[in-house]
Amino acid sequence: MVLFEAVLSGVLVGGMYGLIALGLNLQYGIARMMNLAYGEALMGGAFTAFWFFTLWRIDPLASMLFSVPVAFVGNWLIYRYLLTPLVRRAANQDVLEADTILVTFGLLFVFQGLALVQWGGEYRGYTYLALPVNLLGATVAFNRLLAFAAAVALALILYWLLRATRLGTAMRAIAIDPVAAQLVAIDVPRLSALAFATGGAIMAVAGTLVSMFLSFNASIGIVYTLKALIVVIMGGVGRMLGCLMAGLLLGVAEALGAYLVDPGLTLAINFALFLLVLLVRPQGLFSRG
Amino acid sequence: MADKALVRWGIAVVAIAVLAAVPLMVSAYTVSLFISMLAYISLATAWAFFSGRTRYISLATAAFVGIGTYTVAVLSDHLPLPVVLAIAPAVGFAIAFGIGLSTLRLSGVYFVIFTFGLAELIKQLVIWFEINQTKTLARYIFVNASGTLIYELLLATAVVVIAGVWWLSRAPLGYALRVIGEDEMVARHAGIDTTRVKVLVFAATSAVMSLVGAILSLRYTYVDPNIGFNSLVSFQVLIMALLGGIGRPWGPALGAIPLVLLFELLSGTFPHHFGIALGLCFVVIVYYLPGGVMGLVDRWREW
Repeated sequence: MVLFEAVLSGVLVGGMYGLIALGLNLQYGIARMMNLAYGEALMGGAFTAFWFFTLWRIDPLASMLFSVPVAFVGNWLIYRYLLTPLVRRAANQDVLEADTILVTFGLLFVFQGLALVQWGGEYRGYTYLALPVNLLGATVAFNRLLAFAAAVALALILYWLLRATRLGTAMRAIAIDPVAAQLVAIDVPRLSALAFATGGAIMAVAGTLVSMFLSFNASIGIVYTLKALIVVIMGGVGRMLGCLMAGLLLGVAEALGAYLVDPGLTLAINFALFLLVLLVRPQGLFSRG
Repeated sequence: MADKALVRWGIAVVAIAVLAAVPLMVSAYTVSLFISMLAYISLATAWAFFSGRTRYISLATAAFVGIGTYTVAVLSDHLPLPVVLAIAPAVGFAIAFGIGLSTLRLSGVYFVIFTFGLAELIKQLVIWFEINQTKTLARYIFVNASGTLIYELLLATAVVVIAGVWWLSRAPLGYALRVIGEDEMVARHAGIDTTRVKVLVFAATSAVMSLVGAILSLRYTYVDPNIGFNSLVSFQVLIMALLGGIGRPWGPALGAIPLVLLFELLSGTFPHHFGIALGLCFVVIVYYLPGGVMGLVDRWREW
């Protein structure tokens, strides 16, 4: 029974991992930019929800009306004015990759530093919808369930948008081959910027949802960036459904590791999985070929 | 020509002699500032020799410095200091060798993330071990080492590292590394055993980092995993090497000196804004100084 509860809590967190991996896939798979400041949007979303709730009693879900547009515009500006100049300058793909990694690491430090100066380094959290719910015999807090449902719903909507709409099809074409996409009259720079900004906006949503049931602090962004990256590599770059599955897998693996071995080794499990996948199946667990 | 080389050697010898005499002439605070500079000069030079040439950006510096620190913390009660200082780089070498074998086939961004995570991972494992096995997070280092001794040890390390890098970049190994950085496929076709070169250099430069960590740990009386494995060190070393320019043996050292002063000033006056300043340094250097200071000097000479 306790084992079942562990797996269940893993699945609930795993839905969140799936969502943040999807956002990173939009940035890395479609816009082709490795953004290491990716998790800072989650940190921002979480703090927005926290302050709106503790200062003005505004519902965390409503706080997204503020944090999500800010994250969208912020990420669009970063893509347009900080990252695209590097593309124009770069001699080859390796140089571009190194430059983007360094610049986005710089951004990470700036955002994290601003949050530290403003709000300090301590862990924060608030109580919201912490009602016990009985689920197949296990007791779960309602906020966890809500966050899971919202994350999975958003992920499925995104998946549907990418599969079934014209815009989504164009984005998938860019993910496969940006040069060829240009040849069939797809506006690659504009859609890449849109994908990048949407990825950031998703992270603000994830931050709001995470803040409902987990504590967080100013340096939490990089933790989620790493998790998103691990899930993307497990699921396969550019593969959306694979990311959702891999997110659930990571959540369950973490929960089982914490339950069976030691909660202090969660990060070790993350990296063991990361290395294992990279060495054994670098194209991802869920991709063909 | 021979005269010119002789003059250069003479200048180098005199400079080293003057530097060796510095602790006799200045205050204890200045000595500690010089200690930081020498430590970062060695770290940045070692980092740049591997990462600058192969373009595998490593953020594992903090991990290897920490390994050195912890080797001293664990062994200094049982073994004489010179033995401990010899074991520390050996441990760093062995661990880096194993890690290099398994991760140096990863490409670009994956290698960066893995090395960044590595420092965190080792830190978590040490915390876990300390809490569960030794039941205490902190360790005490009881070694009688004066500031002067630490200074001279680090000066010797820096001289050996810079001379080694200078000599190796003229040796076949240095060229092999450079070809790997330009195009690994070409390197393989030219008959370079790329994996062997990469793993060996990664392990050797990591051994230097562990040695520096071990020497620096003599300054502490108390160490815990958060002090020993401080991930900021990786970023500071990286940005110093970038500022100086990674293509030349002297570049990283030139970058280390002003940034050690800047970081010292910042952590003294604006401790909370340290991260912001470090981040802005990254952005500014990538945009405005892509080749580092040495790159700027080269461009100026071409004019």
